[in-house]
Amino acid sequence: MQFVQNLPFICIILSLFSGTVSSVLKEKAAKYVNLFVVSAIMLMSMFVLGYTLSTGTSYTYMMGHFPAPWGNEIRVGVLEAFMATFFCVIMLLSLLGGRKKLHQEVEITKHNLYYILTNLLLSSLLALVYTNDLFTAYVFVEINTISACGLIMIRQNGRTIEAAVRYMIMSLLGSGLLLLGICMLYDITGHLLMGNIQEAVAMLVAQNQYHIPLLVTIALMCVGLAIKSALFPFHSWLPDAYGYSTVSSAAMLSSLVSKGYIFLLFKLIYRVFGFEIFCQSKIINVLFVFGIMGMIFGSLSAIKENDIRRMISFSSVAQIGYIYMGIGLGTAAGIEASVFHVLSHAATKSLLFIAAIGLTDVSDGSRKFQDITGAAYRHKVAGITFTVGSLSMVGIPVFSGFISKMLFADAAVLNEGKMLPTLIALAISTILNAIYFMKTVIRIYTPIKTDYDIITFKKEPLYAVTCICFIALNVFLGINSVPILEFIQKGLAMFV
Amino acid sequence: MGANLLSNYGEVVAMILFGIGFSTLLLHKNLIKKIIGLNIMDTAVYLFLAAKGYITGRVAPIVVDGVQSVEAYINPVPSGLVLTGIVVSVSVSALMLSLTIRLYRRYHTLDLDEISTRLKKEGL
Repeated sequence: MQFVQNLPFICIILSLFSGTVSSVLKEKAAKYVNLFVVSAIMLMSMFVLGYTLSTGTSYTYMMGHFPAPWGNEIRVGVLEAFMATFFCVIMLLSLLGGRKKLHQEVEITKHNLYYILTNLLLSSLLALVYTNDLFTAYVFVEINTISACGLIMIRQNGRTIEAAVRYMIMSLLGSGLLLLGICMLYDITGHLLMGNIQEAVAMLVAQNQYHIPLLVTIALMCVGLAIKSALFPFHSWLPDAYGYSTVSSAAMLSSLVSKGYIFLLFKLIYRVFGFEIFCQSKIINVLFVFGIMGMIFGSLSAIKENDIRRMISFSSVAQIGYIYMGIGLGTAAGIEASVFHVLSHAATKSLLFIAAIGLTDVSDGSRKFQDITGAAYRHKVAGITFTVGSLSMVGIPVFSGFISKMLFADAAVLNEGKMLPTLIALAISTILNAIYFMKTVIRIYTPIKTDYDIITFKKEPLYAVTCICFIALNVFLGINSVPILEFIQKGLAMFV
Repeated sequence: MGANLLSNYGEVVAMILFGIGFSTLLLHKNLIKKIIGLNIMDTAVYLFLAAKGYITGRVAPIVVDGVQSVEAYINPVPSGLVLTGIVVSVSVSALMLSLTIRLYRRYHTLDLDEISTRLKKEGL
């Protein structure tokens, strides 16, 4: 057993520990500890990724002195290590891009609390990515919820507190359903480890026992996770939560929090129920229909919005709909497209939020469209970044959004029954995306005379460097997609 | 199915309580009632889990006079899961209650719809 195999465990414990330690540190120390921890975890995850790529198989790691099923274990493969690295990159860029706004909007004494929350969020994401045990997954889902709620309300105004309350209510509904599903699954299979549950479920299906309880369990767990990741009818908390919180919170919430739950759903599909059994249950069709409705209604709501950040939040609803549509296609190609879209959306949505805050900064803090007119000339870096993000969302080649849409279309063509609705929905939502994103891009590039301040590169170098890194990440995903797809395919093959 | 429902009355009551808690959390406008609904919902899941762990005729897994055979105790795992769940439920209840206090101090009402209307009027 090599030392590299210990690294995932060290990552989780390090982020939990730094979260606890941040409670007694002063603001500057907490900030540097947080930066150090996120960078260290990113590096360690890259080592793990290299290791799993070189061995070509995934391995299970025993947590504690007792082997499973008496003790806990985590399972590490290419996909998990890649996701962990990617989440760390996004979190690092989001924290750096939103740092100035954090200083402006949150009292200085509360900053160490903010870093506690980000560290806990990172630890829960890593645990959700690596875990091989269903109840550990539930516990870290709850930690994820609580830290996300804290991230929303760290900025104290009436809107954020109400958004946090609405978020908690919907999230706890989802958690309740998820917990009930886990309890029922434990009851009919008698195991909590994902591998053992999969064997037991396969046996139950082969003997045709407990058919209805199994169906109900799949439905409960899927609906619970769908509520938590803001699939279409359950997205009412999303625009308030993303629209009014401080910008690094919004970037982290939109890119990371919902993706953790979606990754858990992938694990449920592949490792707990088994892909065939999941596709045979009709829950796939429900997710597909809700995904398509989310794509269309999210974009329609975004068109009506007058506030730039709420518009981006509604766009998130649409993109989550894309991911669920990919899952609902019920083929391996669909899941690959969904995984790629998880990466692409995480990179693009945080980019958009960071860019939007630059645009509102040069418009005297206002977020309404009439005030943002011409903002790209006042803050060039933010303007270019927002344009890149919009082009990626619409699906222009060179950027990552194009690859996602192409993968979804490829996956749809392979599936005869659902091909036509998927392609039609993709086309309609691309047109709708173009309407509101291109309208905004045109507006920010309309020259107009105003007295607002201008922000140049030299005034905010950290922000500009963050934006450039985001653009580089987006273009990297867009141009370099073939190796990344190979990673995803290899990872999914090991995932089972 | 009727006979099964009667013999598994613990699970049936748990499901009814879950429904009550779920709908209270979703439909009531008063924040305190929502939190009570959340607690009822979580408690219902614990009742379900505890009922699933019980095996008729056996005792709790506490070692007295040395370990008896395996067949003498009920399943200890669900009790552990319930304890974890209770911790989670306490944390989220505390978080929701603190949010309620903040909202009440600001708006002097516990009605979530009323708070939304006032926020729209504030025009933040």
